[in-house]
Amino acid sequence: MMPTTPTIRDPALAAKLYRSMVLIREFEQALDQLFASGAIRGTAHFCVGQEATAVGVSAALQAGDYVISYHRGHGHFIAQGGDPARIMAELFGKATGYSGGRGGSQHVSSFEHGFLGSNGITGGGIPVGTGAALALKLQRRNGVVAVFFGDGAANQGAFHESLNLGSLWKLPVVYLCENNLYSMFTHLRESTSVGHIADRAAAYGMPGQIVDGNDLVEVFNAARQAVQRARDGQGPSLIECKTYRMLGHSKSDKRAYRTREEEASWQAHDPITLFRKRMLDERILTPESLTAIEGEVDRQVEQAVRFARESPFPPARGLEESVYA
Amino acid sequence: MPELFYSHAVRDALREEMARDPRVFLMGEDISYGSAFGVTKGLVEEFGTERVRNTPVSEEVIVGAGIGAALLGCRPVVEIMFMDFILLALDQLLNHGAKYHFMYGDQARVPLVVRTPAGARRGYGPTHSQSLDSILLTLPGVKVAVPATPADAKGLLKTAIRDDNPVVFIENKTLYGRRGDVPEGEHLVPFGRARIAREGSNATVVATGQMVEDALAAAQALAGDGIEIEVVDPRTLRPLDMPAILESVQKTAHLVIAEEGHRTGGVGAEIAARVSEEAFYYLDGPIRRVAARDIPIPCSEPLERYVIPGAADIIKAVKETLNAST
Repeated sequence: MMPTTPTIRDPALAAKLYRSMVLIREFEQALDQLFASGAIRGTAHFCVGQEATAVGVSAALQAGDYVISYHRGHGHFIAQGGDPARIMAELFGKATGYSGGRGGSQHVSSFEHGFLGSNGITGGGIPVGTGAALALKLQRRNGVVAVFFGDGAANQGAFHESLNLGSLWKLPVVYLCENNLYSMFTHLRESTSVGHIADRAAAYGMPGQIVDGNDLVEVFNAARQAVQRARDGQGPSLIECKTYRMLGHSKSDKRAYRTREEEASWQAHDPITLFRKRMLDERILTPESLTAIEGEVDRQVEQAVRFARESPFPPARGLEESVYA
Repeated sequence: MPELFYSHAVRDALREEMARDPRVFLMGEDISYGSAFGVTKGLVEEFGTERVRNTPVSEEVIVGAGIGAALLGCRPVVEIMFMDFILLALDQLLNHGAKYHFMYGDQARVPLVVRTPAGARRGYGPTHSQSLDSILLTLPGVKVAVPATPADAKGLLKTAIRDDNPVVFIENKTLYGRRGDVPEGEHLVPFGRARIAREGSNATVVATGQMVEDALAAAQALAGDGIEIEVVDPRTLRPLDMPAILESVQKTAHLVIAEEGHRTGGVGAEIAARVSEEAFYYLDGPIRRVAARDIPIPCSEPLERYVIPGAADIIKAVKETLNAST
């Protein structure tokens, strides 16, 4: 494991990352309320508590790199610079959403933001992300693909086939497992043959690393190293980020399968609080600047919700013609 | 016009498209060795291992990585060694590749070709003999080509590689060894345009893949009895040239559909339903389907022959629909 000395000393970068985490948090909390009030149909998987993985990894990427996500993907998209208003509009099923209302919560993308998309099939993005890395290699583009998935996906064949191929061909890809302990309601120990997903890296001849997924600096350091390795042509890494989904699996989860004590222990290890405290302790950011960021984000999320509410629904006209390119 | 084996026509299409477009590459199990049927033999010497990529036995990631590479501007042609194995890759193909353009809009295009040999008659048994065409038709988003001649194998594959959508290109194991005239160079066969393999006025036989040959054999035999059948080869199942099928049915008033896939929910079921909806009043007899019996395909020759249809079944079906109308 990397030492946890801060590598984020640049106040502008620190402020940007803090802002990104708070934006994800507030977006998800607003969404939770919108679902509760019946303003939105369908479903969503919230990443409250997992903001540091998304933001830490995106911070380690550069223009020309890509992220591919999974069903719990709002955070990854926002961390890549996706417009929260258009993501929110997608959740409302509106024409201004990234997928024009066709995708909803878990089927959105924006290639210009280096976001290859979220999807609703557990593990389904892993082969696609691996193939995207193959394209970057064949095209000599020097880019890297960060492939996110949860602990549940590490039990899919797609995970194993992809890690084998990615390693065999030394593709520029970083596999990022967000281990939040549960695949839907089932605890890792009931579903998984190893204690740590990162242990599986050995089977595919790549480095495996466990990081505190709630520590932005630790995620950032590990991701940076793995991204560099991938960019240098040395092949993929598997990083397991230990984290926790504070709001449970999806919008209607009553969280009966876990204890309030367990939740409280993770609450005490909240990624945003942790980073905030650290940046203050190390005098990289000031309380005033943090408060200003929080206020800005409040307004941005309010605007996003307003934009989504006021946007028109898409017409069904033209759907048939848009199945094929 | 040179006469080529069907398998060589496929290879020529691959070679020409790879030479024409550096974005095209091949990937599949044993593909540099020619795979199971020798189709891709020699291409690695010409184009190198970067563009002719042997993969592990991992169908899901073969197709999935093809989709990912296609999204970022490559034009992969991947091979699934036997069509039976495509079932391992259907999540990637139908949940991902088939939906990306629809979900993600114009930024997302998946110019992926999945080549795969299908068909029975070689004694390969239940998991190496199936024609799973109809499974691909139940969900939108994937085009399906079923070349029945060397010329169409070449022309349709070149079109498939230039298409911006996922295409499953179903080759036929038995047809690999057939010869036929193939135009040289830029021979492109458009999708959605049926070929009238033989003209006739008494009954229409819509046949796909290997069954086209059987339909032509049946036509010859029936001609001896004074029955002239029209053999329509759709060439692509999606898009499907319904106008050509309807036009033929309006002329003959009788329809038989012949495929090697299983009967229930098959290609024939779909075509029969559409003709019933759109040309019911033109029909003078019941539509007949010729298809594999709804049992797994056995290995032993007489058993396989019992399950898989042939020319005799087409002759019988034509006579049944004609007799029913008199």
